Amino acid sequence: MKFSDFISTKSICSELGSSDKESTIAELVDSLVSAGNIKQSDRDDIIKAIMKREELGSTGIGRGVAVPHTKHPSVDKLVGTVGVSTDGVEFDSLDGEKVQLFFLLVSPPDRPGDHLRALENISRQLRDETFCRFLKQSKNAEDIMQLLEEADNNHFV
Amino acid sequence: MSPTLEKVVTVINPMGIHMRPADVLSRAAGRFQCEIIIEKDGQAIDCKSIMSILTLGARQGTQLNLRVNGVDAQQALETLSELFEQGFDESDSEVASEQTS
Repeated sequence: MKFSDFISTKSICSELGSSDKESTIAELVDSLVSAGNIKQSDRDDIIKAIMKREELGSTGIGRGVAVPHTKHPSVDKLVGTVGVSTDGVEFDSLDGEKVQLFFLLVSPPDRPGDHLRALENISRQLRDETFCRFLKQSKNAEDIMQLLEEADNNHFV
Repeated sequence: MSPTLEKVVTVINPMGIHMRPADVLSRAAGRFQCEIIIEKDGQAIDCKSIMSILTLGARQGTQLNLRVNGVDAQQALETLSELFEQGFDESDSEVASEQTS
């Protein structure tokens, strides 16, 4: 699976303004609403579900990366967005570091395979330090889109 | 020199090795001194790294080879294969609640 299969490019947030976990998640979900990937009426429920998942254990997996996610019946295909925070957000990460890179995923309840493949792709690409560093340094959504495209074309692995 | 021990384990939980099982697995592995490698289709990764485990994308039914080497290898192999056999304690109700991945 490639980034282009599930990342909604219109929803990419190059400069997240939030400084805590819940408002960052809300900001990312709102960008999916604005891009038309999620209905406004499902917004609150999706944020609540993602926060509930975070309570089971942070999705901040280290290296300044978090993958907040949930399943939700309102989507018929896996959809995700990318957000970058210049200052980083306290996210209770496994390594205790602040999170700068966010990949937020919402997947249909009956498609665990797609969710796994998205996680596989994200983790595979983010293991590359150059890709991580470039993403953190990106200035606008075009930069991020270009990096994701290059990753899809195996520039980093 | 301590011997290398190996065991093939199967992913039985329906959701596969998503983030929560990967977290459980890497934490459990981190409690042992020995080196712990998971192999899948020629790919070999460090079981103590959650990010590496996620790169496997291991779905239900996938067979993985656990390879351990070090002083507490036997104990590590037993503990980790038990986690796989228990399906990482993902009960049906958890799967049904749809919030567990």
